[in-house]
Amino acid sequence: MNEFHLLEACDVRFGYSPGVPVVSGVSLAVARGSLCALIGPNGCGKSTLIRLFAGVLQAQAGEIRLDGVPLHGIPRKEAAKRIAYVPQSTAMAFPFTALEVVLTGRSPYTPRFRFENDSDRARALDALDTVGALHLASRPVTELSGGERQMVAVARALAQEPACLLLDEPSAALDLKHRAALVRTLVRLRDTRGLTALVVTHDLHLIDPVFDRVCAIRGGSVIVRGSPAEVLRDGVLAEIYDDAHVRTTRVDGRTLIWSE
Amino acid sequence: MTMRTISKPASITSRLWRAMALLALILLASAVVALWAGARQIDLAALRSDPFAQTLFFRLRLPRVVMAALIGSSLAAAGAALQALFRNPLADPFTLGVSGGGAVGASVAIALGWGARVSGIPLVIVAAFCGAMGAVVLVHRLARTGAVVLPGALLLSGVVVNMVAGAAVLTIQYVTDSTRALQILRWMIGSLDVVGFATIERMLFFLVPAWIALLAFAGDLHLLAIDEETAATLGVNIRRCETAVHVLCALMVGVTVAVGGAIGFVGLIVPHAVRLLFGEDLRIVLPGSFVLGAAFLVSADAVARTALSTTELPVGAVTALLGGPMFLWLLRRRQRYSAL
Repeated sequence: MNEFHLLEACDVRFGYSPGVPVVSGVSLAVARGSLCALIGPNGCGKSTLIRLFAGVLQAQAGEIRLDGVPLHGIPRKEAAKRIAYVPQSTAMAFPFTALEVVLTGRSPYTPRFRFENDSDRARALDALDTVGALHLASRPVTELSGGERQMVAVARALAQEPACLLLDEPSAALDLKHRAALVRTLVRLRDTRGLTALVVTHDLHLIDPVFDRVCAIRGGSVIVRGSPAEVLRDGVLAEIYDDAHVRTTRVDGRTLIWSE
Repeated sequence: MTMRTISKPASITSRLWRAMALLALILLASAVVALWAGARQIDLAALRSDPFAQTLFFRLRLPRVVMAALIGSSLAAAGAALQALFRNPLADPFTLGVSGGGAVGASVAIALGWGARVSGIPLVIVAAFCGAMGAVVLVHRLARTGAVVLPGALLLSGVVVNMVAGAAVLTIQYVTDSTRALQILRWMIGSLDVVGFATIERMLFFLVPAWIALLAFAGDLHLLAIDEETAATLGVNIRRCETAVHVLCALMVGVTVAVGGAIGFVGLIVPHAVRLLFGEDLRIVLPGSFVLGAAFLVSADAVARTALSTTELPVGAVTALLGGPMFLWLLRRRQRYSAL
C-alpha cells in the first residue's frame, strides 16, 4: 500500500460482453488530496472505469483499492461515507424535491429504520448552498433543467461528506457561471478539507490550471499520464484523440485548446 | 442567498405519523361504511338481538371487508414497491403482467382440482406465487439493458406477458373439464365473497411476513426510486433488494390472485394518491399505500356490492373503471418530461 494514494486501480479489466474488453489492464493511482482528470475519446472506457472506482461495476480481473484496502471488502455503507459518485445521467422518474435528493446523501450515516435528523437536513441545505442551488431546494427535480439537476446531483454527493469524489462529466450541462463555480468548489474542498476528486471530462478547459493530474485513456488502456502542462499539448492531445488538427496555446497562464 | 430564505421542511418522522394518522382515519371511515352498506343494512340494535343479522355481519360482511382490506393493502404496497424498483410510475402488478402470471398459475391449480395441496399449502397459492414470480422476473429481464430498465420495454413486456397469460388461461379452460372450466371462469371474474375467517387466517400466514419484510426495504426502495447507480454507491445491495422485492411482491400478488382473482389497477391508483397527498418519499408512500390500499378496496367493494340493486358488480370492474383513465392520465403527464 502506498499511503500517498487514496484510490488505486491495479491491472483492472472489465467488459460488458465476453471477449469485448472495455477496460483492459488499467493501473491508475489517485493521490490523496488531489484533483485528477480522466480524459479520452468517446467510448474509450472512461465512464466504465469511474463506475468501477465507484463500485457500481465489479472488476472481472484486478482490483480497486481504497486506502490500500480492496473496495469489495469494505462494507457498502462504510464505502459510501468515503466515496461519492455522480453519474453522467441525472434524469429521474419521480418528482422528488431537490432537497429530498440531496438528503439521500446522508443515508450512509442514517441507521436502518431511522430517518435523517435536523443536522442531516442542515448539511443537505449547506451542500445545496455550496453548489449555488439552495434556491432549488423545494423544486421537483423533474422540472429542473439538465444543468440544475447536475448541480443537485453534485450537492447530493457533497452531502455524503466523502474523502473522494467521483464525477462523470459534471460540467456537461452547466453554464459558464456554474461551471466556474463547480471548479472553485472542488479547489476549495481540496485545499480546506483535503478532498480527492477523479473527474471524467471532455471539457479540457476545466483542467488547466486547477487540476493536479491528467490521465488519458484510449481503447480501454491508459496511454498518457502527467501534469496538465505535460498532457495538454498539441502532439500529446493529437495522439489521445487521434486528431492531427488539435492545437493549443497559452493565454494568461491557461491552456486554450481547439481543433482546426 | 442565505439559508434563512428556505423554510424549514417538516421532518420525515412527523410527516410519516401525520400521513398514517390521516390514512388510518380514512380506512376506519371506509370500513364503517362498508360494514353498514349492503342489500340489507345492519344497525347496532339488530346486531345485538337479531341472530340473522349477527350471522350476516360476522360470517359474511366482516370477513369480506377484512378480505378486501388485505387484498387492497397487498396490491397497493406491491404497486408502490414495483414502481420504485423499476423507477416507473406506470408499474403495477397488473400492468407488469405479475397478476397475469399469477392467474396462469392459479388456473393450472384449479384445473388440477381446488383442494390439491403441496406440503399442506393449497396448490392454488403455490401455483399463483410461481406464476407471479415467473412473470416479474421475465418482465424485469426483458426490460433491463445493463444498469438501465427501459420504461417503454418494461410496459410492453408487461402487456405481452398479460396477453400470453390471458391466452394460457383460455387454453387451460378449453382443455379442462366443464366443471373446472366454470370454476376458473368464476374465479377469473374476481370476487371477495368469503364465509368466515378460515381463508383470511390462511392468507395472513403468508401476507404478514411479506408485508413486514417489504416495509423493511422502504429505505432501500426510496434510494432506488431516485437512481439505481446512486443507490448502489449509497450502500444499497441492489441484487438483494431486487430479489427480495420480486419474491415478496410475487408472494403478495400470488396469494391475493389465488383468493380474489386478478383485481387490476389498485397498485397504480393508490401509490399515486398517497404521493399527491404526502409527497414522493417512499418511506411514506409504501406504508401509506398499505393503509390507503385497504381503504380503497374496501370502498370499491362496497360500491360493487351496492351500485346495482339487482346484482353485484365484480370489484375488479370497479377498480379497472377508475384505474384505466388514471393510467392514461399518468401516461400523458409522464410524456411531458420524461423519455418513455
